[in-house]
This record gives sequence, structure tokens and C-alpha cells, in this order.
Amino acid sequence: MTVSRPWRIGLRTVALAYLAALLFVPVGLVFWRTFEHGIGAVWDSITTPAAIHAFQLTLEVTAIAVPLNTLFGIVMAIALARGRWRGKGLVNALIDLPFAVSPIVIGLSLVLVYGLHGWLGPSLTKAGIQVIFSVPGIVLATIFVSLPFVVREVTPVLKEIGDEQEQAAATLGAGWWTTFRRVTLPSIRWGVAYGVVLSVARCIGEFGAVSVVSGKIAGETDTLTLLVEKRFSNFDLAGAYAASALLALIALATLLAMTLMNRRREEGDA
Amino acid sequence: MIATSLTGRGTAGRAGDRPPVAARARRRVTARRPAGAALGLGLGTLWLSLIVLLPLSAVVAHAFAGGLGAFWDAVSSKQAVAALRFTVLVSLAAALINVVGGTLIAWVLVRDRFPGKRFVNALIDLPFALPTVVAGLVLLTLYGSRSPVGIDVAFTQAAVLLALLFVTLPFVIRSVQPVLIELDREMEEAALSLGARNMTIFRRIVLPNLAPAILSGAALAFARAVGEFGSIVLISGNIPFKTQVGSVYVFNLIESDAPTSAAAVSTVLLAVSLLVLLAIRGLGRWGARA
Repeated sequence: MTVSRPWRIGLRTVALAYLAALLFVPVGLVFWRTFEHGIGAVWDSITTPAAIHAFQLTLEVTAIAVPLNTLFGIVMAIALARGRWRGKGLVNALIDLPFAVSPIVIGLSLVLVYGLHGWLGPSLTKAGIQVIFSVPGIVLATIFVSLPFVVREVTPVLKEIGDEQEQAAATLGAGWWTTFRRVTLPSIRWGVAYGVVLSVARCIGEFGAVSVVSGKIAGETDTLTLLVEKRFSNFDLAGAYAASALLALIALATLLAMTLMNRRREEGDA
Repeated sequence: MIATSLTGRGTAGRAGDRPPVAARARRRVTARRPAGAALGLGLGTLWLSLIVLLPLSAVVAHAFAGGLGAFWDAVSSKQAVAALRFTVLVSLAAALINVVGGTLIAWVLVRDRFPGKRFVNALIDLPFALPTVVAGLVLLTLYGSRSPVGIDVAFTQAAVLLALLFVTLPFVIRSVQPVLIELDREMEEAALSLGARNMTIFRRIVLPNLAPAILSGAALAFARAVGEFGSIVLISGNIPFKTQVGSVYVFNLIESDAPTSAAAVSTVLLAVSLLVLLAIRGLGRWGARA
């Protein structure tokens, strides 16, 4: 299909105009609105005790959820790409569930298990453990929503590289741990890294599931995204913009990392 | 990249989803897995069950705890039906607009050349990386009551559609792009030399090749739209019978301490997501054959 020059420019204009109206201009405007009263005001509003606590909590939750899901992701990816076992198709489909289920349903599901009247709630309360309206609930919700990323990035890499090198290592007498550490892990490292970046972005940005289980107690169970909504509802628009701008910067850093990694992968430096 | 990884068409998976024949043949010889791998698989499955399956089954169990009648009452209440119907319709609309817009943008990003293309291409994933509540605030800034361009759609059905278009933007683009890159241009050149016009080439050659990718991207966008909450909650105003969507309705039920009704409506949302997930798997297989 050789599209004539006027047509090509026309299509390009329509595509870019759509992207501008939906994406570029709104995001740009948020940065402009954030900094229109100077950087000092922004700094003050993201360094209030509540904001600092929200930021710390967000990082803590991410620091728990991402390593656990990375470990799960690598193990499951190897099982899915290399193993032959009963129920593989089912497990493969179940891993995608967190992508498809509404975050609100995820939050509700945790309340129904760990809440006051949930399946495990009463016995946990007796043991003095509070999950819902507390940090463990936020951690569980975050693990749930970010579960599939590493598996989904690593499985295709494992399938593509095949298992010849692993077989060779085994033939030469390497144990499965040595094979994993010296052969498998180096060849999937970019896939893992990519999955980790996506997981981190999702953990920091999760809102719906966390908002159901957190209880939004200021200085205790507020994450950054919850803080944005709270400030917005309390008509603290400047504060909401400041926290949003911080989150948007994290998102842009994520994109930058993704782009750089894609370039390395395409260069064949796998 | 979520879109591509779900359809099994990720950058890495492109060369072939199946392992090479030699590797497959040898697999039979080494079918016995070491104890460590079996343990890993067991722990992984246990983790998946504890984190995902146990909570989701609690939702379904609670939905039917009061019997089938109570479930039916909860999902057939006027407000629930209105919210669910609006959710499905607006998600379909978003998916359809994505089919056209996403394919167009993917085509421009693959076949056209202009300064700043790489930059635009990288920014396409921004809706995946940006927290949804920030997305809502972002749209409200340009299209809300303080809009600098004088367009105020806040608290209307159009606002919900706008929010869904924002969060689902990357799906179709990212699933069509790799297929379009791989598409053999000789077919198009042959058609051109045989006197076919552009429209004919697009309709008879390009579109059929892209169809599986377009459809699975649209299905992913639809699934995402049905469950979307964060970007909608600020901009929709949550007006019952008008702008209230399923997920926000469930959220209200939870807040007003009606967990059984919330579980019932959630079960309907869950069923929709499962159906779409199955459809996507089917489409993935079709795409692999095409």
C-alpha cells in the first residue's frame, strides 16, 4: 500500500490530534497547573507529614509486593515454559485473572476473606491480627493486582531461548541450581527486569483495590493515590495536583526505563 | 506491553510461541523434573491459590450465601441493572473507538515517518504507567469545570467514555503494531502491480491480516473498561441511572455495608471478565494460525 503524500499527512494529523487531545495536552496541563503557583508551594504540599507518610507507605508496600511477585513470576514462568503437567492450561489462564478483574472486586474479595465478617476475619481478630483497614490488607491487594507482570514477561523469553543450553549444562554435570544461576537467569534477566519495572509502576499506582481495604486513615493507611483522591474531595486542588505530579513523574520514569530496556532487548543483548 | 504479553505476541514471543522442534523432541527424554522444580511449582500454585483464588471464591460464595433468590434480587434491582447496562454499553463504545483510532495510530507509527515519532511511540504506554486516579484528575483538568478550552463534560456519560478511552488507549495500538511490522509488504506490492487501489489493498490484504490483533486488543480494552474504577470515580459524579458504572456501584454498596449485594454484582462483573478472557485466548489461537 503506497499512500500518497497528502493522505499520509492527513492520517498522521488525525492520529496526532487524537493523541494530543486525549493524552499529551491533559498531562501537560496538569504539570502546568501544578507549578503555576511556583515550586515552593508544591514542595510544601508534598512534604507535609501526611504526604511523607503516604509516600513511605507506598514504597514499603511496593518493597514487599514486588520481590514476592518476582520470585513467584520466575518460578511460575519456568514451570509454564519448561514443564509438562496436568492443569497447566488452567493455571496459565488463572494467572491472567488479576488483569481482567475489576480492582473494586479485588478489594471486596479481600474484605470477604479477611474482614470482620469474612472467612478468616474472626480467627485473625482473635489472634490480634488486623488485615482490613490496615497495612497487611493494602499489601495483599497490591500483591494481587501486580501478580501477573513478571510471569508474563519472562515466559515468552524462556520459550524463545529454548532449553538447549540448559540441557548442555546438565549434560556437563551441572545441578539444577547451578544451571539456573549460570545459564537460565542470565538469559532471562532483561525479561525479569522489564516485569519488575511494570510491577513497580502498578504497585505505586494501584488505587481501586487499595481504596476498598485501606480505610483511609490519615497518617496510617493512606497511600499516595489515596492521598490524591482525599485532597481532591476536600477541595485541596493544589495539593491533589502536587501529589499527582509526583505520581506522573514516577510514571514517566517508568516509561523511560521501559524504552531503554526495549532498545537493549532489540539490540539482541539478551 | 500488557496487551502484547496477554495475547502471547510480545516482542520476545514473536519469533515463535512454540519451542523449536528439536527442543520439543528432547523434552520427552528429560520429562522427569528435578525435585526443586516440582517444589517450586507446588509453592507457586499455592501462592496463586492463596492470593487470587481464595478471595475470588469468597466473592462468589457470598453472592449466593442468601440463596439464588437473594442473588437475583441484588443483580436485578433497577440501579444495578442500569449501572451494569451502562458499563457494558460504554465499554463497547470505548472498544469500538479504539478499533478505529488504535489501528490508525498503529499504522501511522509503523508506516509513517515524522520527527518525534519515537517520543510519541514511547508515550503511548503512559496510560498503563499513570495511576488511574491521576488519569481522572488529568482529564478533569482539561475537560472539567475549570477547562481552559471551554469544554466541560464533567459528570456526564461522555466523561465516562473519555476516561475509558484514556485508560484503554494502548491496548489496540500495542497489539496491532508488532503484526503490522512483520506484515509482508510484497503481498501489497503484488496487489498494487495487479492494479488494485489503496482501499482494495487495505480491505483485502492489510485488514484481514490485522484482524486477530485488532480484535484481541479490543477485547482487552473492553475487559479493562468493564472493571475500571479509578479514572471514572472523580469525573463521573456517580449519578445513579446516568453516569454510575458497575465498579463504582459496587464500591457504594461496600461503603453502605451491603456486602452480599456487592458480592452479587461483583460476580456478574467477574463473569464478564472471565468470558472476555476466554474469548481473548480463542483469538490468540486464531492469530497464531493466521
